[in-house]
Amino acid sequence: MSTATTTTSQKHKLSPEQIEAFGKELDDLRARIVADLGEKDADYIRDIVNKQKKLEVAGRALLWAGWFPPAWIAGVTALSLSKIIDNMEIGHNVMHGQYDFMNDPQFTAKNFDWDNTIHADSWLYTHNYVHHTFTNIVGKDHDATGYGVIRVTEEQPWHPIWLLNPIFCGTLQVLFQWGTAIQELESEKFFRGEKSWAEMKPGLKRFREKAGKQALKDYALFPLLSGPFAPFAFAGNMAANLVRNLWSSSVIWCGHFPEGAETFSIEETEDESHAEWYYRQILGSANFTGSHLVDVLSGNLSYQIEHHLFPDIPAYRYKEIAIEVREICERYGIRYNEAPMAKQLWSVWKQVFKLTLPDSTYTQGPLAGLREALTFPFRAKQDENARDEQHVVAEAAAA
Amino acid sequence: MSRMQMLTSSRMGRRFLDSSFAAALATPHGVDRYVEMVDPLWSRTETRAEITDVERKTADSVTLTLRPNENWAGFKAGQFVKLSVEIDGVRRTRCYSPANSQFRKDGKIELTIKVDPKGLVSPWLLANARPGMIVQISPAQGEFHIPLPHPRSILLISGGSGITPVMSMLRTLTDRAYIGKVTFLHYAFTEDDVIYRDELAEIEAKYEGVRIIRAYTNADNGDLQGFFSKEHLVAADKHFAEAETYLCGPMPLMDGVRAVFEAEGISDRLHLEQFAAPTRTVPTDEATGELTFSASGEKADNNGQTILEQAEAAGLTPDYGCRIGICNACVSTKLSGITRNVLTGELNTDNDVNIKPCISAPCGDVSIDL
Repeated sequence: MSTATTTTSQKHKLSPEQIEAFGKELDDLRARIVADLGEKDADYIRDIVNKQKKLEVAGRALLWAGWFPPAWIAGVTALSLSKIIDNMEIGHNVMHGQYDFMNDPQFTAKNFDWDNTIHADSWLYTHNYVHHTFTNIVGKDHDATGYGVIRVTEEQPWHPIWLLNPIFCGTLQVLFQWGTAIQELESEKFFRGEKSWAEMKPGLKRFREKAGKQALKDYALFPLLSGPFAPFAFAGNMAANLVRNLWSSSVIWCGHFPEGAETFSIEETEDESHAEWYYRQILGSANFTGSHLVDVLSGNLSYQIEHHLFPDIPAYRYKEIAIEVREICERYGIRYNEAPMAKQLWSVWKQVFKLTLPDSTYTQGPLAGLREALTFPFRAKQDENARDEQHVVAEAAAA
Repeated sequence: MSRMQMLTSSRMGRRFLDSSFAAALATPHGVDRYVEMVDPLWSRTETRAEITDVERKTADSVTLTLRPNENWAGFKAGQFVKLSVEIDGVRRTRCYSPANSQFRKDGKIELTIKVDPKGLVSPWLLANARPGMIVQISPAQGEFHIPLPHPRSILLISGGSGITPVMSMLRTLTDRAYIGKVTFLHYAFTEDDVIYRDELAEIEAKYEGVRIIRAYTNADNGDLQGFFSKEHLVAADKHFAEAETYLCGPMPLMDGVRAVFEAEGISDRLHLEQFAAPTRTVPTDEATGELTFSASGEKADNNGQTILEQAEAAGLTPDYGCRIGICNACVSTKLSGITRNVLTGELNTDNDVNIKPCISAPCGDVSIDL
């Protein structure tokens, strides 16, 4: 057995000339799609928004009669679908600037917000900027190391706390919108003492502002509008949020965590060219296959590779782009990671369970793993001493 | 009136839609997103208008009558609005002056649009504008209007489609029962090219204080022939130096009038509206022109760098992220001018459009909302 990030690694197998030619092909593909953007795309997003609004209104109305079980179930279904489409096919994509070309303020990334506890500004920073610029660079892309709360790559050093890895992962799926809402804080750094309370404040303010409004709407105002049946509406809204959380996190897990998706170090991505950036996006991402409905409900993140190459091209176009991208990858011998959704998700969870234990368990046998686990406190102390000594030496040299 | 319409047009309905309670229910998308499901004109934030009438008064113009929604705050005769229409999925914005009186009773706006065969929006309007269509408009803008109290003598000069703001002034003055003297000197190729020909004749017949002088450059049946000159000015109003003059028309006419007023030493009496056609020449690689950061009021000489770099050099702190065109953090509205995408070399010549300053360099004068 081996871990995903090493055995299949195929970084730097292309010559500089090949890399540049490959980048040129992707640039040409992009230019062709950009030149073709127009009415079709504007109609598409407006149509999706109209459908989502109808689902939302229907869901809220049905939950009004939530004391009647079939109405409750139908209401939760409609509201879940509405929230999923709002977040995935509309919010995620509009906020990537995919529809900025329309020059319609309603569909301009900077003006948009979604039915989610994460503040739009916070997301534009953590996702659009950090994750999409530094995709899968350990130490730069917070997503690549499981948002600091799950161990998804060997590049994250093992610690006894990772014995709880599957629990962390499951909890994050259930509370996904709340997790992303505070991702900007990188609170694990605060608990490690690397970040001060003052540095946390601006992010916390944004969190309170946005999450407060969302909670007020779902857990106070709409239930209150149901009068005596408030508990049914309350539970319905909670269920819809849960369904959305489980679905969106699963979609996102499938994008970068399955076997075969690579991580990168800061050193190896220094002085990266535009073409090498494309190359990294492909190696670090994974697609999943499914029906048209799955594509829509995942915001076309089923084409995660295409999304990472061209994050600002309308997502429903990835399907047509994928044919060419796959063909280009084949010609250059670049791995194109694609599998059915269930298989990718299974691969992620397998990984999460595997990384629970020290890596030596798999490389040197279970006994070595056990030894590593048991000696962890001593080694940690040793490492700390070694670091302190280095400091002393460095300070002496400086003096 | 349907029941839903009563709901939103009543004061109670409006108060509800503008309330923080409605906003909290509609969070984070805003009330508009849901109100629009019934009627786009009920938008609480955007000024939208329905086209109620489309007329072709001359061969190369189209006149639209718009019924604005209640966000429209009116205008002063001579001001312009930005009209936005969606062509092939992209919102395009152009400036037009309403030609109607600012006291028009039904509150509608009349825009007369001269068709530029090489343009994009005006030929599209000529071909596609039809009653029932919904467009966006901006609040009225511009300093080109007659001050209160009104001067006692007013001289209006226009050429071609430049007639629209001064037509609005003329109609407003007559509506207001203005008792001073109005002289209106209008230039056109021939009689058939005078957009408001019949109405001008009516006004002339009805109001004693209004004098209308038609100057034709390609025909000799007007009051005056040929292009603007000092002689034309004297013929139109020999006391022109005592009047306040309002001018709108093509560049050669504007330049001609400006030169005469300068020579007479009465430039301060001349007020004008400039509607320069958008530049269509492809600029060179040399960095020329001036970069205007309209939100902060800063200006900088274009040094050829990206707009983001030039903004930072000018002491501004615009939002940015990746600086390579991926993350959208820096996206801003380009108000006017031409920019070049430094990655693809593509030129962007449109106004009021989203651009990414981190990968856009200005070509000549550019104004950006930073």
